[in-house]
Amino acid sequence: MDEASLAGPRERALAAAPVRVVSARVGLGRRLANLWSRRELLWGLVFSDIRIKYKNSALGIFWSMLSPAFTLAVYYMVFSLFLKNGIPNFVVYLFAGLVVWNMFLTAVSTATGVIVDRAALVKKVSFPREILALSNVGAAIVYFVVQVVVLVVFLLVLRHAPAWGFLWLLPVSFLALAAFSAALSVVMSAVNVYFRDMKHLIEVVLQLWFWLTPVVYSYENSIAPHLAAHGLSILYFLNPVTLVVVTFQRVFYVTPVVHSTVTGQVLNILPTWSFARFLELNLALLALSLVAFVVAEAVFGRLEGNFESEL
Amino acid sequence: MTTVIEVRGVTKQFKIHHERHQSLKERLLHPRSGSTELFNALREVSFDVGAGETVGIVGHNGSGKSTLLKCICGVLKPTAGQIRLRGSLAALLELGAGFQPELSGRDNVYLYGAMLGLSRRTVDAVFDEIVEFSEIAPFIDTQVKFYSSGMYVRLAFAVAVNVDPDILVVDEVLAVGDERFQAKCVDRIQHFQREGRTILLVTHNADQVRALCDRAIVLDGGDLVADGPTHESLRVFRERLLDDAAEHDPEKLLGTIQIESVTTPSGSFEVRSGAGAHLEVTVSSQGAFSGNFVVEVFTRAGLLVSRSDAQGAPVNLVPGVNRVAVDLPTLPLLDGVYDVNLGVVDALGHTVVAWREGAASLQVIYDGREGGIVALGAAVTQL
Repeated sequence: MDEASLAGPRERALAAAPVRVVSARVGLGRRLANLWSRRELLWGLVFSDIRIKYKNSALGIFWSMLSPAFTLAVYYMVFSLFLKNGIPNFVVYLFAGLVVWNMFLTAVSTATGVIVDRAALVKKVSFPREILALSNVGAAIVYFVVQVVVLVVFLLVLRHAPAWGFLWLLPVSFLALAAFSAALSVVMSAVNVYFRDMKHLIEVVLQLWFWLTPVVYSYENSIAPHLAAHGLSILYFLNPVTLVVVTFQRVFYVTPVVHSTVTGQVLNILPTWSFARFLELNLALLALSLVAFVVAEAVFGRLEGNFESEL
Repeated sequence: MTTVIEVRGVTKQFKIHHERHQSLKERLLHPRSGSTELFNALREVSFDVGAGETVGIVGHNGSGKSTLLKCICGVLKPTAGQIRLRGSLAALLELGAGFQPELSGRDNVYLYGAMLGLSRRTVDAVFDEIVEFSEIAPFIDTQVKFYSSGMYVRLAFAVAVNVDPDILVVDEVLAVGDERFQAKCVDRIQHFQREGRTILLVTHNADQVRALCDRAIVLDGGDLVADGPTHESLRVFRERLLDDAAEHDPEKLLGTIQIESVTTPSGSFEVRSGAGAHLEVTVSSQGAFSGNFVVEVFTRAGLLVSRSDAQGAPVNLVPGVNRVAVDLPTLPLLDGVYDVNLGVVDALGHTVVAWREGAASLQVIYDGREGGIVALGAAVTQL
């Protein structure tokens, strides 16, 4: 009788089981495959994050609404009552851009500190560490979805129809944003282990980043002409969030050319690109963001080797 | 036999920061801060573990045994070398480290399960067993932060052992919980052994290793110094402990006293069960010393039959060669070979100054047909 038939079922199953390797360098492909195989942990962490955040609060997830609603109200008052930017129906324009910005902001600002905050877990339990950063991106996506639902209700109340023909841009644009946020979050969470003030620095950078993104002002009207004069239009789109914001504004706000409520002049507030052009740019951004995510994974892999002596 | 754990040339270096420069300003001011030191927690460690083996990893504090275990679990990445694992692995390292205090026990079972790599459906299937094993059914929907530390550990242990691991890694956890729970843990581990699972047990409790393991690996200062049958490895472990103690021995007593040889008056080490054994021990000493003898008797399977320490009158050793009689007045044991370990400790029993593992082997002869260790001579008669 050969050895295999003598062995019990457990041993036979074992002999067929795949071999896992723990070593200093793990290939990128294996890292990504490993990450994918642990996706269930990611969902688990996303929902436990959300549950923990609102466990002891009476209003629960509505708190995640209150802060964006407040921001919306403040910017609306400032830019349509005091510093009139002349954009008609400004609240829709603002809301469309703000949901995008909020997701990016929430993801990156919460993910940056997460490896340090969960040091106890990182040092005791084995799992792909970047899942912690990704779980914050996941939670940000959940809040994003809730805010989009509120935006839709808002539009229904205002009887403001979106640009139906452009609607299919949203999933592409959203995925690009999610991939870019994930890439940045993964890198930042690892860098923060080595430079602890990255957590504070990122807050400052994100504030600056907000004003570089056309959420409360219109890109075409305020900056594009100046850049175009020097042939530097492309410069503005180095900020990946801009394209996503502009796409969301194009879909929800609809009209690229309006009459200013202040001077009555014609304002060109959004790019007048066709659907095909928008799609092309968004697909390009999605591709670049996915590449950025893979690069982020590689960087994280290099940095995580020394986590335990830094935490 | 299938190899389930293959450790190949694993080295783990830690950077020790004497001054931590963790803020950006400090990093910029001291770009290559010189105050880090490399420390080798493991050096070129290699061994294989086959399916169904129970292997003990022993070593004193700082020997690298926990580092090795963490590398095997994937919590740490080796600096060089690699570890290949086959089959699923559950680790009982610092039980409950993965728990979220704000969540209920139920949610934590699922979350912890996911961390161990289990799908929700798999946890569903064993959820009731987990709750039953942990004995906290009434509190399963209470937030974990309200649990007592015992409940916390029980729940974590219950999850880890109910997830059907092929490899179970246990690190000192048997030292926690009350006695009854410890017994339950040991029972569970023995159950796992019978099921042919592979177990790695890290501890500095030699008795536990003797009781559970067929094989032991000894680590000392990051080096693998022994890998073999439990009793042989444990001999190395004890010798290393003595060597180590010698370095930190304030009175420089160690090494000055040696247990040279053990004989019997008749020259034979055969003993009839129930009779006694008289051992004559030759001890050389460089100085005068007053201390006690420790006598241990083990079965060949490594089970401790008896340990008597610091009992009876102290022995006064004089410089030169001393002869000491060790009397075992009665050995009511079953047929077999028993190993005797001898040691000399100081009067307070704190410091071992000499140790001889396997000082003598006694062949006990017994005609009865009982099973176990002790010859009780149970007799049954009709009344």
